Amino acid sequence: MGRKTEADQTPDMVALLRAVGARQDLVAFETLFRHFAPRVKAYMARRGGDSHLAEELMQETMIAVWNKADKFDPSRGTVSTWIFTIARNLRIDAFRRENRPDFDPNDPAFVPDDIAPADAELDARGEAEQLHHAIAALPEEQAALLKLSFFEDQSHSAIAARLNIPLGTVKSRLRLAFDKLRATLAHSGDVS
Amino acid sequence: MTVRHHVSDDLLVSYAAGSLAEGWSIAVATHLALCPSCRRRLNVAECIGGDLLETIAEDSPLEDSWASVRSRLQQQQQKMSAEPTPRKTKPAGHRDGLPEPLRSYVGGDVDSLAWRPLGRGAYHIPIKTADAETKVRLLRIPAGKPVPEHGHSGRELTLVLCGSFVDGDVVFARGDIGDVDASLTHQPVATPDTDCICLAVTDAPLKFRSWIVRAMQPFLGI
Repeated sequence: MGRKTEADQTPDMVALLRAVGARQDLVAFETLFRHFAPRVKAYMARRGGDSHLAEELMQETMIAVWNKADKFDPSRGTVSTWIFTIARNLRIDAFRRENRPDFDPNDPAFVPDDIAPADAELDARGEAEQLHHAIAALPEEQAALLKLSFFEDQSHSAIAARLNIPLGTVKSRLRLAFDKLRATLAHSGDVS
Repeated sequence: MTVRHHVSDDLLVSYAAGSLAEGWSIAVATHLALCPSCRRRLNVAECIGGDLLETIAEDSPLEDSWASVRSRLQQQQQKMSAEPTPRKTKPAGHRDGLPEPLRSYVGGDVDSLAWRPLGRGAYHIPIKTADAETKVRLLRIPAGKPVPEHGHSGRELTLVLCGSFVDGDVVFARGDIGDVDASLTHQPVATPDTDCICLAVTDAPLKFRSWIVRAMQPFLGI
């Protein structure tokens, strides 16, 4: 494994987030902030276009990252994935004024995971890198559709209308992209 | 229990992206509570979101923002002990009952619900959401009886929570999600052993501005 990866050149985000969670390390948090704040702000601006609101939502997201750092579970994905889910939830609250229904793993009716995570943290890192390369290798039309889905907060019918293609085409392209990405990862749920 | 009918990719990706309306999301999230393999698919979709977030913008200095966040963190630490965060209480549940988030939406578990009669022995509980796109309700179909006629003009998701129903020769049991569009004519029937409780989410019916058209709707069949 002598291969130099992109991840090796960036600071170890997991270690930084752990330092924030364990001892409220402000220096570690500043490094996280300098990396993620511009990205979260751009994500927020994609939805609203209002730069003051995007700034405010970015700050709320980063403060939530600080407050919840000890709850980060590296077996479930990268720091970027975790921060994406926090930003997404705040964006739903702010723009849609709807609840985001979510399952509760402590609920007695919740069916627990059936596969024990073996060395899950290491897996998650390797998978994130595989996923990154697989996304980069997607055909342009599929990649563009994924970005619209994730960034613009539009329903698939709205995306279909905007691109002037049938809804069925939006769904089948997304399905092709998702299948391909899922296939690059191990144990990623095997349903058809 | 193994779930056999799963949530589709388009719903799962929209849910992960945060663009799925609240009504559909209740069915997706409740299915996820019962289906570990779909939670792994959700995890893949969220990892896509994380990867796309990395590439959405370049590094750019945000000095004022950092100064502002740093001072907000310091203020927050001073008043931290003063305000304990309020915890929302959820209605009590059990292993074979209604999972979250559905249980909180209907305000209780299967044995403590205020069912409203729909006729022919069927009952329902309408569920309120903030989205204008969907209509959500919990249905209770008597054992061995067909699902009562309910008009819908678009997509319909049906998530089974108790008992089971048969649609054609396909059985849907707890955790299974049925996903049909309006073009399909079907008549699901509850299996004879026990009442079937399921969550039904449909596109909201067309709403017409004109009171004349509204008054005509039942006759026009729209």
